[in-house]
Amino acid sequence: MNADRFLARHPGVVRLAVVLAILLAWEIAARWLIDPLFIAPPSQVFASLGAVWQTSGVPAALRLTFFELAVAFAIAVVIGLVIGLAVGLQPFARRSLLPIILLLYGLPQITILPLFILYFGIGAASKIAFGVTHGMFPIMVTVIAGVQNLKPILLTSARSMGASRWQILRWVIFPHMIPSFFAGMRLGMSGVLLGVLLAELYVSTAGIGHFTTMFTENFDPTKLFGLIAMLAAMAIVLNEIVRRAEIRFGRWR
Amino acid sequence: MARRDERAAGIGSRAVQVGFLVAVFVLWYLATNRWGVNRLLLPNPISVWHQLVDVVSSGEYLPDLRVTLTELAIAFVLSMTTGTMVGFFVSRTRYAIRVFDPLFAGIYSIPIILFLPLYVLFFGLGPASKIALGATISFFPIVINTIAGFGNVDRTLVTAARSMGASDYQLFRFVLLPAALPVILTGLRMGFTIALLSIIGSETIASLAGLGHHIVQLAEGMDMARMFAYIAFVVIIAALLNGIVSYLEARGRRHR
Repeated sequence: MNADRFLARHPGVVRLAVVLAILLAWEIAARWLIDPLFIAPPSQVFASLGAVWQTSGVPAALRLTFFELAVAFAIAVVIGLVIGLAVGLQPFARRSLLPIILLLYGLPQITILPLFILYFGIGAASKIAFGVTHGMFPIMVTVIAGVQNLKPILLTSARSMGASRWQILRWVIFPHMIPSFFAGMRLGMSGVLLGVLLAELYVSTAGIGHFTTMFTENFDPTKLFGLIAMLAAMAIVLNEIVRRAEIRFGRWR
Repeated sequence: MARRDERAAGIGSRAVQVGFLVAVFVLWYLATNRWGVNRLLLPNPISVWHQLVDVVSSGEYLPDLRVTLTELAIAFVLSMTTGTMVGFFVSRTRYAIRVFDPLFAGIYSIPIILFLPLYVLFFGLGPASKIALGATISFFPIVINTIAGFGNVDRTLVTAARSMGASDYQLFRFVLLPAALPVILTGLRMGFTIALLSIIGSETIASLAGLGHHIVQLAEGMDMARMFAYIAFVVIIAALLNGIVSYLEARGRRHR
């Protein structure tokens, strides 16, 4: 009876049990049912994390990928914010340019990945560029939507009280677009992660894509699972940071 | 007066849009024909057009298109059936929703394309790895939307139908399904779109055939005009497929 009530109050415990059950099934399948050339049991993957970290070049590759993600995210935020504000604040510009932005946003960018490699080389630049183009459009669109929802009366009253352009931007527009800006940052982060990781996996000489290819070709699933677990952890942490920021600043007005 | 202003502004913004597109093509043309930008970086728009006509008329895209569409169809059928079924059973109790919904949402926020090397290792370079990845990625929006759709049906509707003696089937067919359908259809459209993207993406990264694979082949052969034409072709195909799915979604909403 008590246990029932405890579980009813804490669904997280059951969720954890579900995850553990999946891991257990995977462990059993990997140990006894499936060829060890293709899958590694989670216990071995966990034990191999140290060995993966010690593989020469892996820490540098993870650092490089993190650097690519950070730079791409910063550039995407700046471009998204500047273009979003410039287009969103002018009704005429918004009406004429927003459809073009939405059209570009809707294009399947993955088709032009080989072009990015051709223009920016196989180094970090192409990954950053591909991450930027994936991340900037959601930021732009949410910033435009956020500015659009601004009540015109606020602008009119600020202007009639003699506020300068800068003052209006700083004290009226900026506070009102904070929630949508952080929502855009969260979407932008998933875009940047997608773009950078796609480009990394496509071709890479020093980043993590190089090592995923190497571990795959060597039929070393243990290290491959370990490396991908590290990257997934990195993605989760980055997503969580922007999500927390959205919750923290999203309510503030 | 105000209406005329609005109409003038409408024409004006239309003119800006057309002008933007024309400017892109004029600049592209001038860059390749007058300013001597290297053909290997940017092919001439006119030769791209000729190549596009050739790609479409020669029918050489057919084998790759067939591979990609087959992968997409199988992946989508898999994720649609599993996603809607799992979503329905989870949505039956509040408690199951609280246990599973955050789990699915959490996994959905990870870029699942990361697992592509594992899928390639496990399923090989052929269509199987694309189908498995496409099905995995599109499963999550479908299951999340199905849970949201069935989970948010107004309780009073269910109670009312029950008290009037509706059977399980009648409850599902005439209350739950119509109420949940719009949200589920949105999930299916989202799932379809990202299944298409992830299949073309995984074909680009590691594969033996398919539309994404062909773009890479042309890129590696430095056949730039043909590659631009083929990219345009794939973009048009993707736009057509997405258009069809959006149309079906809109129709499904009306005919519930």
